[in-house]
Amino acid sequence: MSKITLQNLSHSYLKTQNQKEDWALRNVNIEWQDGGAYALLGPSGCGKTTLLNIISGLLQPTEGQILFNGEDVTNKNPVERNIAQIFQFPVIYDTMSVFDNLAFPLKNRGISQQEIDQKVNEIAEMLELTSTLHNRASGLTADGKQKISLGRGLVRSDVNVIMFDEPLTVIDPHLKWILRSKLKELHQKINRTMIYVTHDQTEALTFADQVVVMHEAEIVQVGTPVELFEKPKHTFVGHFIGSPGMNILPCKIDNGNISINGNKIETKANIKGNSFSKTEVGIRPEFVEFNKEGLPVKILKVSNTGRHKIIDTESESGKIKVIAKPSDEIPSGSAFLNFNKDYTYVYGDNWIIE
Amino acid sequence: MSLELKNVEKKVGLETHIYQTNLKLEKNTINVLLGSTLAGKTTLMQIMAGLDKPTNGEIWFNDKNVTGVKVQKRNVSMVYQQFINYPNFNVYDNIASPLKISGVKSEEIKNRVGKVAELLKLSPMLNKRPNELSGGQQQRTALARALVKDSDLILLDEPLANLDFKLREELREELPKLFEDRDCIVVYATTEPSDALLIGGYTATLLEGKVVQHGKTLDVYNKPNSLHSAQVFSDPPMNIAKIKKSGDTCSLLSDEVKWKINSNLKDGEYKVGIRPHNITTYKEGQNSLEISGKVLISELSGSESLIHFTNGDLSWVSLSNGIHQKNVGEETKLFMNSDEFLYFDENNKLVSNV
Repeated sequence: MSKITLQNLSHSYLKTQNQKEDWALRNVNIEWQDGGAYALLGPSGCGKTTLLNIISGLLQPTEGQILFNGEDVTNKNPVERNIAQIFQFPVIYDTMSVFDNLAFPLKNRGISQQEIDQKVNEIAEMLELTSTLHNRASGLTADGKQKISLGRGLVRSDVNVIMFDEPLTVIDPHLKWILRSKLKELHQKINRTMIYVTHDQTEALTFADQVVVMHEAEIVQVGTPVELFEKPKHTFVGHFIGSPGMNILPCKIDNGNISINGNKIETKANIKGNSFSKTEVGIRPEFVEFNKEGLPVKILKVSNTGRHKIIDTESESGKIKVIAKPSDEIPSGSAFLNFNKDYTYVYGDNWIIE
Repeated sequence: MSLELKNVEKKVGLETHIYQTNLKLEKNTINVLLGSTLAGKTTLMQIMAGLDKPTNGEIWFNDKNVTGVKVQKRNVSMVYQQFINYPNFNVYDNIASPLKISGVKSEEIKNRVGKVAELLKLSPMLNKRPNELSGGQQQRTALARALVKDSDLILLDEPLANLDFKLREELREELPKLFEDRDCIVVYATTEPSDALLIGGYTATLLEGKVVQHGKTLDVYNKPNSLHSAQVFSDPPMNIAKIKKSGDTCSLLSDEVKWKINSNLKDGEYKVGIRPHNITTYKEGQNSLEISGKVLISELSGSESLIHFTNGDLSWVSLSNGIHQKNVGEETKLFMNSDEFLYFDENNKLVSNV
């Protein structure tokens, strides 16, 4: 088990780098505590697989260091780093029994039969595979097979970190929550450092205590699920987390006062000066409501999703979505919006101004 | 314009894939076929398109019997879950292909492709090949090809299933707008209830080869004719509990929970269906009931929390707005909004949604 530190890490697949876009990973600094449950979340192409491959040692970073418990492992190969990795698709030996599949990583390391029996039984118990231990692995369903892959990653007690790369892709949607709860429970039981890579917000937020959000080769926020929802530090986090995502509108900053198209907006931000090329206000649809006065908008469309209404409105500065209860009366034609001050944020060049 | 299936039945060998079905789709409507994998959605669509013949029954289009008329002779477009485009054509030629085949003049082709490309935000990519596009853009190209030829019937078979979450959100929002001013019937197959609710229009719920209910989407959602229809139209799955009604009091058979009911239902045993969003971590509605449980897992989606818990022998799922983290194994209290309960009799027919 280890604390993992990434220091000034940057990577480029090109020989020379002339512009920002030439980097697949830019200036990553992060510390992963021993025993923590982390997720690496972002859309495809954001750099998360690059980062994963650098940690596992499949890729040498262009710049920066990786430390395990303070020891520099940047030049060590994947075997020396002692990492368990679980992939999207089950990687198992079809002709072996479930037991032999789970025992495989231990046998390879010359561990005694007695200890192997004990470890395998323990893991099988946690994953509810005990009754199938002596069956052939080939006869199992997709989620049964993926459980074996998980089990093989978890069975060794000497690994520094367990990394999951979109491990639930092949699982039937209706069964996903069961494996999610299994993984969560396993983390609580075996208390090892785990990093879970995914583009699916539900997967990331459900699993992790701390979620690392990546966007265009950079880390844009590290936070708990509550922090990502209630206080996005970057406009991308506001947009990507939550459905529908955050409303982002251009605003003016004048002497610390914020306004959208001449309408004053109250926030808790303490803003001095304005040195940004772009300034915006961010407010989630959950924190917008209709009132007698406020920001004037036109109502474009009301969708009733059964459990709430999503209202598309348009102000002179752009579209704003509002979430209301199914029983709420929605004005038609034109209306006024109020933003909940506690959840209204100001962004300068996409980063939060506090 | 209308499309009518009259007593349509489809058998493959001894197996029945579609049981006797009567369905009438009106002009200028979007019709969602909602059901899980293997419910019969694709089979129904292929019969509608003329790609497949029914074993029994007839298909009528515009009051003409078109049973057995081949797809080439009907004015139909289809879009699939997989992104299907001509890999060696650029986006322009991909979109233009059906018009070229039917001998439309090049001036008009240019005009029509331009309009559709604008609508689907493809104008900047017209010279690119499909493999240079993102998944979302590839599917937009397939949609554009379906729209460009002014079909009478447009069939969309889970068109968003292979897209990332945020792209799906974006395209789903645009879809109804694409068909607004068109003279056609749209059929949209999906496994996801939220797709149906956000698209609106009409919905047919399908279960194991049977159309269970067809009507306006919100009516089918709010007044399911049966437990089966309600279950098809609920994700996460609907909670179902047995209850006993005696006088004006109802009680759960599995727990102490009791509530008053103002209805002329006969005394006896019923089932209640409770949609997950009617069990929350906070009180909702006039008649809120407390229920206790042991947490299996809390799944967080970014702006909502799904808490799975057990109460008695039953496994329940609740859906609350905002982020509410609960630990695996924690004892918790939740609130049920009894105003929204659906009551079903022993034949699983809806008897009341008081």
